[in-house]
Amino acid sequence: MSDKLQRILEGDVELLENVSDAAEVPDSPREELKQQRKEFVSRVYQRSEMERIARAEKKSFLLLYRMVAVVSCLLLIGVLLFTVANIPRYGEENPRTLEVVRRYVEQGLQETGALNIVSGMILDYRAFDTLGESHVLFTALLCVMTLLLLDKKTIRGGALDDYHRVRQDTYFDLSKDAVIRLLGTVLVPSILLFGVYVILNGQNGPGGGFSGGAIIGAGFILFATAFGFEQADRVLSRKVLSRIVFCSLAFYSFAKGYVFFTGANGLENHIPKGTPGAILSGGLILPLDIAVGLVVACTMYGFYSLFKRGNIGGDRTSSGQ
Amino acid sequence: MDLNLVFRVVLLILLILCAVAVNLTKDLLQAVVIFMSYSAVMCLLWILMESPDLAITEAAVGAGISGILFLMTLKKVGQEEENREPEKDPDADEGEDTGA
Repeated sequence: MSDKLQRILEGDVELLENVSDAAEVPDSPREELKQQRKEFVSRVYQRSEMERIARAEKKSFLLLYRMVAVVSCLLLIGVLLFTVANIPRYGEENPRTLEVVRRYVEQGLQETGALNIVSGMILDYRAFDTLGESHVLFTALLCVMTLLLLDKKTIRGGALDDYHRVRQDTYFDLSKDAVIRLLGTVLVPSILLFGVYVILNGQNGPGGGFSGGAIIGAGFILFATAFGFEQADRVLSRKVLSRIVFCSLAFYSFAKGYVFFTGANGLENHIPKGTPGAILSGGLILPLDIAVGLVVACTMYGFYSLFKRGNIGGDRTSSGQ
Repeated sequence: MDLNLVFRVVLLILLILCAVAVNLTKDLLQAVVIFMSYSAVMCLLWILMESPDLAITEAAVGAGISGILFLMTLKKVGQEEENREPEKDPDADEGEDTGA
């Protein structure tokens, strides 16, 4: 034994391996087999036990989930019905809000210069609400861009699936379809014209920035579908789109900030009201309508473009060519 | 009975039917189409309630653009599901090993 140790210390690796092998040889094969069977049985038993517990947990969780869902649904329905029951009936006067309503209805035309009292409210009395809505749309566009935009870095960084998907989308382009092309030729000009009419007529009749902008956005989507994003790029590329959105929002904020600042300090704001009923009337309502319409149209088109090919417009470098 | 009232009640019933049908439909494409028809019915109701501003917006956004966005999403999701290979059941695989 001491001889072996001596040789190990001297560095005989082969002997060392032999020694370690010898240590693992069982005392008797039957004992070893018994031990293995015991371990196997206990392992299988343990596993089935764990599975049973997991299944029971899953089941109870599902039950709890359903109960919570039903209870919260019922609570929500109850709260909504309770609120509806407290609203004054259709056509009746509500004494609590009567003051504001009367002011809007009776003096809205003189104070805002808009025939359409709704436009006067949302773009004059409550212009900050509309500003917030426009910014919400802008933020939504930013979020969609963050999630879906494919730039060169993303494509090289391993998002190859998206890259292939973009290629596939260009293969199945609808812009080669004759029917869609004809439809686009006929419909797009009238849709865009109607959208412009709705925006410009916002202070005199039904319409305004949001609805007109949505119509123009839909027209642009049809245009891009019928003639391809490369054609739409000539009018509304990504650079142009972001500049339009920024300028509109900045103009809205500054114009309305100016009016509120002068109004709060009792100063004249020198914005002509115009004759009610003319297109150039209503003071700031028409420019604000145009700004909101541009933001909405650009946002709608940007959504579609980002969903369709992961980029705004038909920029070839970003589509992986 | 007043024809206007009948028309209104029919539209309201249609609205509720659409809202329930969207939840009960298994096929997502059908659900999107029903959702768009819900918006179309709602657009008519806005006109009956004398708010054409909202009707225009509902027609453009609800029945038009949101439907398009839903359809685009469905197309993308469908492509992903086609591309994914069917996964093996890991439990069944291990069961075979222990049995042998």
